[in-house]
Amino acid sequence: MDYQIIVGLEVHVQLQTKTKLFCGCVNLFNPDNPNVQTCPVCTAMPGSLPVMNREAFSLAMKTAVAINCGIASFTKWDRKQYYYPDLPKAYQISQFDLPFSENGFLDIEVDGEQRKIGIIRAHLEEDAGKNMHDESGKGGDSKVDLNRCGTPLVEIVSEPDMRSAAEAKEYLEELKLLLTYIDVSDCNMQEGSLRCDANVNLHVTNDDGEKIATPIVEVKNLNSFRGVELAIEYEADRQWDIYQETGLKIGDVAKETRGWDATRGKTFGQRGKEDAADYRYFPDPDLVPVTVTEEEKQAVRDSLGELPAARRSRFIEEYSLSKYDASVIVSQGNSFTLYYESVAKSCGDGKQAANWLTQEVLREMNERKISIEDFPITSDGLATSLINRVRDKKISIKSAKEIFARLMEDFGESNESYGDNKAFDQRVEQLIEEMGLALVSDTGELEGVVDAVLAKEQNQKAIEDFKGGKQAAVGALMGQVMKQIKGADAQTVRKMIIEKIQNM
Amino acid sequence: MSIVGKTTGELLDSMNQGELSSVEIVQAFLDEIGRRDNEVNAFLSVRPEKALEEAKEVDQKISAGEQLGLLAGIPIALKDVLCTEGETTTCGSKMLENFVPPYDAHVVQRLKKSGVISLGKVNMDEFAMGSSTENSAFKTTGNPWNVEHAPGGSSGGSAAAVGANMAPLSIGTDTGGSIRQPASFCGVVGMKPTYGRVSRYGLVAFASSLDQVGPMANDVSGAATLLEAIAGHDHRDSTSINCPVPSYSDSVDKPLEGLKIGVADEHFGEGLGDEVRKSVENSLDVYRSQGAKIVNISLPHSKYAVAAYYLIAPSEASSNLARYDGVHYGYRTENFDNMIDMYAASRGEAFGDEVKRRIMLGTYALSSGYYDAYYLKALKVRRLIRQDFDQAFEKVDVIASPVTASPAFKIGELSDDPLAMYLSDIYTISANLAGLPGISVPVGLSGNDLPIGLQLLGPAFEEDRLFRAARMFEKETDWKTLKVS
Repeated sequence: MDYQIIVGLEVHVQLQTKTKLFCGCVNLFNPDNPNVQTCPVCTAMPGSLPVMNREAFSLAMKTAVAINCGIASFTKWDRKQYYYPDLPKAYQISQFDLPFSENGFLDIEVDGEQRKIGIIRAHLEEDAGKNMHDESGKGGDSKVDLNRCGTPLVEIVSEPDMRSAAEAKEYLEELKLLLTYIDVSDCNMQEGSLRCDANVNLHVTNDDGEKIATPIVEVKNLNSFRGVELAIEYEADRQWDIYQETGLKIGDVAKETRGWDATRGKTFGQRGKEDAADYRYFPDPDLVPVTVTEEEKQAVRDSLGELPAARRSRFIEEYSLSKYDASVIVSQGNSFTLYYESVAKSCGDGKQAANWLTQEVLREMNERKISIEDFPITSDGLATSLINRVRDKKISIKSAKEIFARLMEDFGESNESYGDNKAFDQRVEQLIEEMGLALVSDTGELEGVVDAVLAKEQNQKAIEDFKGGKQAAVGALMGQVMKQIKGADAQTVRKMIIEKIQNM
Repeated sequence: MSIVGKTTGELLDSMNQGELSSVEIVQAFLDEIGRRDNEVNAFLSVRPEKALEEAKEVDQKISAGEQLGLLAGIPIALKDVLCTEGETTTCGSKMLENFVPPYDAHVVQRLKKSGVISLGKVNMDEFAMGSSTENSAFKTTGNPWNVEHAPGGSSGGSAAAVGANMAPLSIGTDTGGSIRQPASFCGVVGMKPTYGRVSRYGLVAFASSLDQVGPMANDVSGAATLLEAIAGHDHRDSTSINCPVPSYSDSVDKPLEGLKIGVADEHFGEGLGDEVRKSVENSLDVYRSQGAKIVNISLPHSKYAVAAYYLIAPSEASSNLARYDGVHYGYRTENFDNMIDMYAASRGEAFGDEVKRRIMLGTYALSSGYYDAYYLKALKVRRLIRQDFDQAFEKVDVIASPVTASPAFKIGELSDDPLAMYLSDIYTISANLAGLPGISVPVGLSGNDLPIGLQLLGPAFEEDRLFRAARMFEKETDWKTLKVS
């Protein structure tokens, strides 16, 4: 007996519009000041009416095109009805049978294998507010914050095409990358601007070859990428145990809704509103249907720009990057790739630029927890003042990295960026001098030091070893020379030592 | 003639000529409310101080020679279903007994701009659901012609206030006949405009795809001027139509040459009372005498209108009224154990029977498994009804019909028979389903001195035609002398 994990994801993405979906209230994450971003419309005052936010619809269309969905020429709004204190109208304006977009896909790569994940539909709807319950255990009143109520959400429903937790995580990461690239959402899972529910079940192959699907479980409250991965793994194990125990198949029991407890690392049963829910969807008579012309659809396609997958391919082609480097750079987001391209163009060496970014820059960003936007060294500064000096043999690569580290340390203390490129370049020049890192190309000075080292009594053994064919012996000698002349170019030193020994 | 007997035009004239001040006019109507409303019970709230203060401001503007709005200084009564900032808006329901809106309805804003002065808010069936105003949680309004009879509904307070000379103008709302039927019962003019003509922003919703705000007045010209003041596009209502508003008040007196009036057999069949039939036929004679042609038309699907309406309207209502859950505003029960309990008890205690009946009907009709057979089917019928009208209006300019089968029934007479009450809207409902404008104009009196109205329906956005046609009758006759027996 064996099984295959089957996963489909429902992802809710908050669109970063200026205002809410059906009223003029600002759309901002603002949990500390409850109920300040509200008006008669989003608090469902009697007599208030919704008016669709065009900007939200246009961001939604961008989203749809990015995930390869077709955009409907005619779409309408439906009311999804249920009672909950964070839903003041007691219905959510959503889209039921005619979503604005359908039939898309997202390409992902897991362990070197390409996978095409189908997308059933994407529809636009309004977010609910937030209920806040007394967690002191003293049974205090619950409170409702309607700041979030009415925020535009795109719900993206995938096909059950994912076959592992890793694939689900990769799908989410690629989706997030895509949506942040096209600037429709910040996809911040902590702040809830990207939320994910996973539908999980197993396809079991019995010993006699019979294939059986187990009941589908929807796991909610997944608020981190890691959480999605862990919850799916946990759920698969749990369902496998249950199947072995009970043999229950899909259809034998109602669809179950479970929550994810991140601290305990377990899913837990929730009272399913799905069980008895009849949302009584019907077309919202307060809103008019939306029609989209072919020209409007084309305009959205044209406005998208280069998407991450295309950018990866171009980087490989244009800058001769490895697939891995291209992937690392692109996955850091749009701004990072722009920084990269700027460095690559300024120094004329895409590979060098990639090495610097994927190693030095990324490491500093991660250690200091800063974004590329806040990075103190500009792309031009990095290229002209550091990378180009290495290329021009003014300093060694090792020295450049030392200077870079020093610059970052200084930044860590002062938290100030380095003025304009000229000021920055002067600072680099100053550090080269201070730290004595200028490459010594004056062979006269170098010869003197090399001769002195070779003449030393203690070094005679190393010289003999080298003559006897032990190449590594030259390293110790080089070290001594380099110690005395910090800016010396290692290659030159090595060459000189070898020549001199051979001529002895 | 006493001040309170005057039409809007006469009142505006006397102000223009300096014969009357707005303060005098407002005071006269306030006095009339004091004199008559303990018997008629039209008003839920009266605002004498504010009204007089506003009248004083209008008078000051007049003497300063300032530019004034269309209806500056004229008093009005507002159906208590329109939100008024800082002033209680109850919808005739215990649910909103203490609800003070934080904003003005679009119509209220437009009225303020026109300079009209609100005397107060008037009674209605709870959430505009009913045909007699008996479903109000607060009081039973009497018909000013005979207070033992109902004023009609749901805009019964609006019709009674004008019918009793307690206001020359009022605002009503019409979802299935709620302006036209009470106008007919109380002997006043009432119009339901084309759907989308007047913004619904701030009108507390009953059935969103059918609700429309409209004018009521003691004469056709007053209604025309009032519609002119409130009509027009509003970006806050997505269903509001951006289409220019003609000056109804300018054209209302121009008769329509060669008017073709359609009459449908379906409107004169079984169930129509003799007095109403006679009165309507007499009114057609009046039109004939003015050169109008009466043309037979057919509205074959009108027999399904009531059934379709009582699926669509309650469906929308069940959803629109779900927000009254005791959480954010409105009535909340004192005693509850948990959240669901709080919802159920708050709604159970604060809604009246008719509202509950319609919420249940609508909830049922939208439930999975029933949606296609009820709601969706009703929408199809609705399209067919609209088609009937489109075809009819290829042949005729307006369609004439009774407003109701009989004059005002007695209070309590139908309150235990919801189906009979629903059927009292049989002639008015089609216009709401088709989104078309309709006017009710008084054309006679019954044997026991109760008014009888004539309904004229027109194509979309042809309110102007209806006002002019109604005015042709009004100008030619004194309807109060046209008694049938």
